[in-house]
Amino acid sequence: MKKWTRLISVTAAAAMMASLVAPASVFADDVFVIGGIGPLTGGAAAYGTAVENGAKVAVEEINAAGGINGAQIDFRMEDDVHNQETSVNAYNTLKDQGMQVLLGTVTSAPCIAVLAEAINDNMFLLTPSGTAVEAIAGDNAFRVCFSDPNQGTKSAEYIGDHQLATKIGIIYKGDDPYSVGITENFTAEAPNHGLEIVSSEAFLGDSTDFGTQLNAAKNAGAEMIFLPIYYEPASLILKQAADMDYHPSYFGCDGLDGLLAIENFDTSLAEGVMLLTPFTPNAEDELTQKFVAAYKEANDGLVPIQFAADAYDGIYAIKAAMEDAGVTPDMSVSDICEALKVSMQNITLEGLTGTITWGADGEPNKEPKAVVITDGEYVPM
Amino acid sequence: MNQNNQSAEIIKKIQSSTRRGNLITYGIVLAAYIVMQSLVSTGHISSLLKGLLVPVCVYVIAAVSLNLVVGISGELSLGHAGFMCVGAYASSFFTNAYGDGLPNWFRLILAIIVGAAAAGLFGILIGVPVLRLKGDYLAIVTLAFGEIIKNLINVLYAGVDSNGIHISTKSAMDLNMGPDGKQIIKGALGISGTPRLSTFTAGVVLIIITLFIVQNLMNSRAGRAIMSTRDNRIAAESIGIPVTKYKLLAFAVSAALAGAAGVLYSHNLASLSTAKFDYNTSILVLVFVVLGGIGNIRGSIIAAVILTVLPEMLRGLSAYRMLIYAVILIAMMLFNWAPAAISWRERMMERLPFGRKKRTGEED
Repeated sequence: MKKWTRLISVTAAAAMMASLVAPASVFADDVFVIGGIGPLTGGAAAYGTAVENGAKVAVEEINAAGGINGAQIDFRMEDDVHNQETSVNAYNTLKDQGMQVLLGTVTSAPCIAVLAEAINDNMFLLTPSGTAVEAIAGDNAFRVCFSDPNQGTKSAEYIGDHQLATKIGIIYKGDDPYSVGITENFTAEAPNHGLEIVSSEAFLGDSTDFGTQLNAAKNAGAEMIFLPIYYEPASLILKQAADMDYHPSYFGCDGLDGLLAIENFDTSLAEGVMLLTPFTPNAEDELTQKFVAAYKEANDGLVPIQFAADAYDGIYAIKAAMEDAGVTPDMSVSDICEALKVSMQNITLEGLTGTITWGADGEPNKEPKAVVITDGEYVPM
Repeated sequence: MNQNNQSAEIIKKIQSSTRRGNLITYGIVLAAYIVMQSLVSTGHISSLLKGLLVPVCVYVIAAVSLNLVVGISGELSLGHAGFMCVGAYASSFFTNAYGDGLPNWFRLILAIIVGAAAAGLFGILIGVPVLRLKGDYLAIVTLAFGEIIKNLINVLYAGVDSNGIHISTKSAMDLNMGPDGKQIIKGALGISGTPRLSTFTAGVVLIIITLFIVQNLMNSRAGRAIMSTRDNRIAAESIGIPVTKYKLLAFAVSAALAGAAGVLYSHNLASLSTAKFDYNTSILVLVFVVLGGIGNIRGSIIAAVILTVLPEMLRGLSAYRMLIYAVILIAMMLFNWAPAAISWRERMMERLPFGRKKRTGEED
């Protein structure tokens, strides 16, 4: 008994030390290791898993068609629980696994933290969905989606141009940069399009009761509620508004994407909700249809959301840039980054989320699109 | 006369054994530093572990400082993350606003002083009303104060220009800054772009300073007064010890040290937001303290290191890691603190040839 305990504890200690110290040193020379970081668990998990699944569809297609410049892609995704500190840990884990290019980080605040590390290492970073301005503040960083200021401005523009409503109530998450960023820009842009903001109410943290905010909007006579928030609180707002017999129209941004995938959510409540999103699974072009079919097959019939499409486009953008630059897997991280920085500005991507080109600032140029939820599906407007 | 001599001798014995215990703690920290630093300099370390060195220091300091309140002063505080938050924000604001062009180590020292002072001040402000309560009531109120700090900072906008500091709670536009103004705290967006000044060496130095402060306080006249108020408040009051004053002392020192941990944290990441400093973090630090042993400083250090590194080491298990982490946590709690496990461990220790003799009641 005594001997066994000693033996076991010594072995365990030795194993722990070994796992702590030994860096992964087996980098194959004939594959590109592309890393991905995003929330795979926790409140924002829908985004991370969508990015992971979307990227995998693209990677499988590319690998089946012969890879990039003849080399296969090895895509590895790590969880960051939507937390800056964990995100940096995930980045370091991927570096240990030989990551050469980063597709991430999925959410904004973690992306800012990871970007600082990526600039240090001169690692090429393409975020599929990090919307904060600072998320791509380095010249090694690009993104697939619109930035927060863009989303706020484009939403006001879209509502005004299509005359969807004039009296707007806003419910936003006061401690979330994404939500505050959009709200600020929406508020600034609204008057230019004949929109009047009659109430603007914040909630904090993991609130579950939105009675105050809804009553404020109702009493101010808001015809439309603008929801620049994530889908989880939005589902509660829809439910509670219906319970108090208040039926405004709703408009949201890409954070609302995922609303229909919430378990036990009565999707009839989401009827008529509009959201600004660059991707609709019901679009009829061939590219979208092919992607949706492949995605559903790989994920038990789950319908892809915009984040999956962003990730899919992200992988193809990396491929296009790598082919333009002619990089090979044996090049160093920094050399690949220097080459891709230039090539990103040369390519034009015919992607799921539109025809995209990139400027030196890393921002994508593409047309905004909106969808409305009809019969439990996203339908292009 | 004889009795006096005896008790003097006992006190001497206890003092020398605590001194030895303290030296062992410093030794462990220094040994860990030398091992890790040599691994870093020879390149035999994974990027993950290298990246974890500073966060580990942050949590060690937080745990040791919370132990001062929970273990030494005997009050349950659930608002520790709030003080880390104050330290983090105050110091990041300072570093971003001033100090361009100074050497990095000097900027970090200034930041630590600013952060610790701000957190200590909040500790006094909050401690004065809060420490009139006891036990569970105090725990709840500290929890509330932690959340209040977080929510206040969430609506705070601050910037600096040639006229000085501008502060607003409405929006960035209300700051009314001059053309040379630089907005630093952006409400819920927090602070981004803080230069990375924290290093492992700075973290370890800060741990040693924290240990020095806490351990010396414990063995000082004030420390004994604090512990007497913990063990028997009525008896302490009856011999003329000002209970509130000493509890406040422990609380403020603990808050200042937590603020220093916050400084180290905020100067290690490029983006800072209050989401990190919610009650979950307070509870996490409390878990370090409880697992390591309430009142046991060395235990706090070891628990903080293990529980910070463990979830990252379990990454290979992907989605199961949270479950496994919780199971390991329960197992460690039972192994460390279940009475049956303690007596089993002691029996085992006695039987081992190199094992320690059965303890004679003294804490290490």
